[in-house]
Amino acid sequence: MKKLLIVCLLLSTGFVQAQDINTLLNKAKAKIETVNDYEASAVMKTNVAFLKVPIAKVKIYFKKPNKLKLKSERGISFIPKGAVSLNLNNLTGSDKFKVIDAGTDNIKGIVVRVATLLPADKTGDVILSTVYIDEARSLILKAETTTRDNGTYALEMTYGTYAAFGLPDKLIFSFNAKDYKLPKGVTFDFDDGAAPNMPKEKDPEKRKKGKAELVFKSYTINKGVDDTIFLNK
Amino acid sequence: MWSLLQIELYKISKRPRTYIAFIAIAGIVLIIQAAFKADPGYLNILLQNVDDTFAVDKGNVINGYFMCYMILNTLLIQVPILVALVAGDAISGEANMGTLRLLLTKPISRQKIIGVKFLASIIYTVALLVFMALLALFLSMIIFGTNDLLVFRSKNGESEILQITQDDVMWRYLAAFVYAAIALTVIAALALLLSVFAENSIGPIVATVCIVIVCTIISNLNVPIIDRTIKPWLFTSYLVGWKGFFYIAYDAENVPIKGSMENWASIRNSLFILFAHIGVFFGAAVFFFKKKDILS
Repeated sequence: MKKLLIVCLLLSTGFVQAQDINTLLNKAKAKIETVNDYEASAVMKTNVAFLKVPIAKVKIYFKKPNKLKLKSERGISFIPKGAVSLNLNNLTGSDKFKVIDAGTDNIKGIVVRVATLLPADKTGDVILSTVYIDEARSLILKAETTTRDNGTYALEMTYGTYAAFGLPDKLIFSFNAKDYKLPKGVTFDFDDGAAPNMPKEKDPEKRKKGKAELVFKSYTINKGVDDTIFLNK
Repeated sequence: MWSLLQIELYKISKRPRTYIAFIAIAGIVLIIQAAFKADPGYLNILLQNVDDTFAVDKGNVINGYFMCYMILNTLLIQVPILVALVAGDAISGEANMGTLRLLLTKPISRQKIIGVKFLASIIYTVALLVFMALLALFLSMIIFGTNDLLVFRSKNGESEILQITQDDVMWRYLAAFVYAAIALTVIAALALLLSVFAENSIGPIVATVCIVIVCTIISNLNVPIIDRTIKPWLFTSYLVGWKGFFYIAYDAENVPIKGSMENWASIRNSLFILFAHIGVFFGAAVFFFKKKDILS
């Protein structure tokens, strides 16, 4: 009888814990879902070893359920292809995943609850996602997504003015980049000798890691975004 | 001096071979422009695995600045041959026609005569580069428009893409053309030197082309002992130094620093070596011309 009671107690504790993480995730989702569309201005800094590109002014357009477009205001833009996951709605919008409570963690001094999302569709590209939720503000501070073909993406968010909508002021997107090799004999490079002041990447694995940092300047929320913006031109 | 230079320029302008270089450059530039306008597929070769990770608006990559860089990359290796056509003819052409002896009977020093011929060769070289700039840069800007410039390069075995914003490009082209003029002046000085020893134009032109080809091959061998000993002293190692103006410096987070160059010291040293070659070749040409026994 005692054993049965202990088992019942353990099961019920687990159930309560699962409820909590679901409720918390739903609260965070509810904030995000208040946004039907937005247009945001941001500056994007791309940091990939083989790519030396200037800081770009970009416009980001979003429309429910999962339309997202990044456009450079001027110049040539290199937009990370996995940037589609910049949209948290895309990550949490589907109900077709199982939520597992993975305990707590600490991000920049904030205690966060960790939820692992396992998609019901086992054949999809996403294997699992882990989200780190600030319990006090019901905001997702970090999300990691592991995919079959494109490695792991990570999003780190810092919130400010638009926290009520679950929209970050700053977002760091980490991704895997394939190493870049120019075909031989196409460049006729000038050998300018050693460049002592230039930083040089020693670790070949680091050449395969990329980071894009977006600092949002303004959002225009729920004012309507034309569908033609999302068309690939 | 000025009238002598005018006469020299008049003589150059009257030779049909002078225009071969202009026709060749125009032909190559127009073919490249037409090919890129019709089919920008070359970009797929350059951006092969970048495409897997990034969405790149390729329509903006092929612009006037990129086209000029591509054309200079292709042409500036061949232009020395075109410069040799005129500079190699400077003295030997006169000797061949029998006018050299007549010329030297005038009360003008040999030093002045060869100096004017060298100056005329430099003017021809600059004219060739200005013509190239008009077609490769300004015509490309009209045909393809302007945008940021992407520079593709290999550095220490690693490939890189450098993006230069369009407001930071023009001064680099100006500097690159000035550098190219200095580099090609080395070829003009060499051809002039060889021209002093010949009685017809073919010899010095062919000899100049052969020297440029042999030295270029050695410059590109990438054998460590040659890299250390011979390569630093060959002028051909510095003919593509104009690219140094497009190797923009970048910070620890890989963000290019506007208005900067990665290694100005290297370009400065390249210029020093090129000037030294000009001095040696032209000095030797003056020395041997002054001592030359004119028999033709």
